[in-house]
Amino acid sequence: MAAADLIPVNIVTGFLGSGKTTLLRRLLASPELANTAVLVNELGEVGLDHLLLRHVDESTVVLPSGCVCCALRADLTAAIRDLYSKRERGTIPRFDRLAIETTGLADPAPIIFTLLAEPVLRHHFRVGHVVTTVDAVNGARHLAQHPESVKQVAVADRVVLTKTDLAGPAQAEALRTACRRVNPAAPIFEPAVDPIGPDQLFAGDPADPSGTRQDARRWLGPVAAATPPETGVGQASAHDRDVYAFSVTVDRALDWTAFGIWLTMLLHAHGEDILRVKGLLQVVGVPTPVVIHGVQHLVHPPVHLDGWPTADRGTRLVFIVQKLPRQVIERSLAAFTRLAAVGERVV
Amino acid sequence: MCGLCGVLGTEAHWTDAAGPDSRSGAPPGGRTRRQERLHRVGLANKVLKHYGLTLADWEGNCFVLRTRTGRSAIVQHLTALWPVAERMTGRRCDPLDPQLIAAVERE
Repeated sequence: MAAADLIPVNIVTGFLGSGKTTLLRRLLASPELANTAVLVNELGEVGLDHLLLRHVDESTVVLPSGCVCCALRADLTAAIRDLYSKRERGTIPRFDRLAIETTGLADPAPIIFTLLAEPVLRHHFRVGHVVTTVDAVNGARHLAQHPESVKQVAVADRVVLTKTDLAGPAQAEALRTACRRVNPAAPIFEPAVDPIGPDQLFAGDPADPSGTRQDARRWLGPVAAATPPETGVGQASAHDRDVYAFSVTVDRALDWTAFGIWLTMLLHAHGEDILRVKGLLQVVGVPTPVVIHGVQHLVHPPVHLDGWPTADRGTRLVFIVQKLPRQVIERSLAAFTRLAAVGERVV
Repeated sequence: MCGLCGVLGTEAHWTDAAGPDSRSGAPPGGRTRRQERLHRVGLANKVLKHYGLTLADWEGNCFVLRTRTGRSAIVQHLTALWPVAERMTGRRCDPLDPQLIAAVERE
């Protein structure tokens, strides 16, 4: 089954009280999401009144590697399998999208791992955009004091700043800057200023080649201008000052195998410190670009685009890392990709 | 599963899907699947020799990792390779290790 035929799963995450449920409730009122099933980890003060709502109790099975991101969420596995089984038997409506609202302290990585690795789920579902809500009033404090909050922003495909109408302009701008520094690739939406619909948050995920092309254009732009931590914004805090984004450009086609050896080894050794990796790759022997997405130790199935998103060809990788030295990563990538010695210069 | 050797079919891995047709997993560059596996083994061995290890393809189904003393282990794909290599050698497999980078640069 092609990735585009799988049921997309959108993870809606964000720190405690950041407005996840309010956002989800607004989105679910839209007709485009009428056939969306929802799994929630906690029942918040804002009740969700939705046809296909299930509650799950968080339970995690840590795999032998001991890595937190590579942990199967047994609760989610059971809940999603149950939903799918009922969908197929016709005892619940035939939903075409699943939204998972996490707890405020949740790490989204094990949810992504579960969807990518669980043998049954990965044949019926695919990971869609991760949407992270950040509270404009308290978000800066959350980013400063809670590494969970930094990670939720780092793994986001879309960031939604909530309560901007309650925050002062300077407060909101400082938070925008902080979010861009942690994750310059994710577009930021502010529903209090400009109402947003499901398309802006959920469309164009990695399994949608047309959307991915447009999305790649978006995330390749701002990261080139991302601020390195040493010269970054002064408000950098204990938890987010070590997290920064950078892009690496390679001006020749990469040997896919050499790149795979390098990236698997890098994620093995440093996956916990690589919060996100996105890449638009020019691969030897492949006429169109290949897009890769990774979150910590996990890499989504690569996607082939039907064309280049910009006139600029060549390989561009965007990393969001904590404490890892950019120069060493660049040198290591260059060394490994020269192993194949078949690179083609980009004209 | 192979009826003779009892080996289960390998799970799909992201490194297997960057060819011209991502659905079929055809290797890039017009290589056959067999050629691609040999290419993979050849490149991996340039890195693994730094740890005294060698990798070999096993029936196009999985890989066998061996130490110089003859210990061996089966690995299914590249992600599974590195933790097994670390267990067999007691050394950390880190591509950011300056000594490894220098060794790879000399290749």
